[in-house]
Amino acid sequence: MTDLPIWAAIVVGLLLIAGGTFALIGAIGLLRLDDFYRRLHAPSLSASGATTCIVLASIIGFSVMNGRPVLREILVGFFIMCTAPVTLMLLGRVALYRDRAADRPVVAESDPLGASPDQE
Amino acid sequence: MKRIIPHPILTLVLLVMWLILTQFTLGQAILGTAVALVAARALAALEPQTIRIRRWSPIPGLFYTFVVDILWSNVKVGRAIMSRTTPPSGLIEVELDTRDRNILAIISVVIAAAPGTAWLGWNPGNQTLLLHLLDIEEGEIWEETLKKSYLGRLKEIFG
Repeated sequence: MTDLPIWAAIVVGLLLIAGGTFALIGAIGLLRLDDFYRRLHAPSLSASGATTCIVLASIIGFSVMNGRPVLREILVGFFIMCTAPVTLMLLGRVALYRDRAADRPVVAESDPLGASPDQE
Repeated sequence: MKRIIPHPILTLVLLVMWLILTQFTLGQAILGTAVALVAARALAALEPQTIRIRRWSPIPGLFYTFVVDILWSNVKVGRAIMSRTTPPSGLIEVELDTRDRNILAIISVVIAAAPGTAWLGWNPGNQTLLLHLLDIEEGEIWEETLKKSYLGRLKEIFG
């Protein structure tokens, strides 16, 4: 593990710290934000910021150590990016339905889901 | 051509993915091509319409805007969470003049990846997108960005 040159170690270390910070802030956001819709935003920090930093750190670290480009991590980032909307949309829509069922006026004036409930 | 390779872009992407996951050798390239061709035919049974990219030139610019927006949004939301008072949130509606499923799918990736925005609903009737914004002050900025930098370019790409 010691065959990583000092410049690469610094770059990888900084990227890992940045990624960890994003993930930590995302987790703190889940605790601190007070409303379900607002909490939807916190996990995106881990999905985009943290993932990007850690994927970059992994690519640089393993490419330098192996002496050839290691690109496997790009796939990790790609699949996280592509699948994140599915869960986030599902959660958002569930919250909208729940609020509408409870007659809570959270939605906008012309909410796409609430405008014509009998058409669905 | 269309009979043998029903989804050329998917086939190529699958082949590259296969090579990344295994090794860049001739044997793996042949095996990967076979797997990609079979997978593309399987998809053709489900989804006969091939995705066609009409223009490639806006893609790098779109990718650059995407990266910059995501970074900017990450830093902003991170700051908002760590500051003592979080900004007021709210909903906005953005009218997107499209019915293309590929364009909408890419826009949904952008919205999910940008921490300040969350996709709540899409109304195909009047083609409006309902978004939740952590900072409602940024509503106009996001509306502009989605319409101009994303929708405009995506329409050029997919035609």
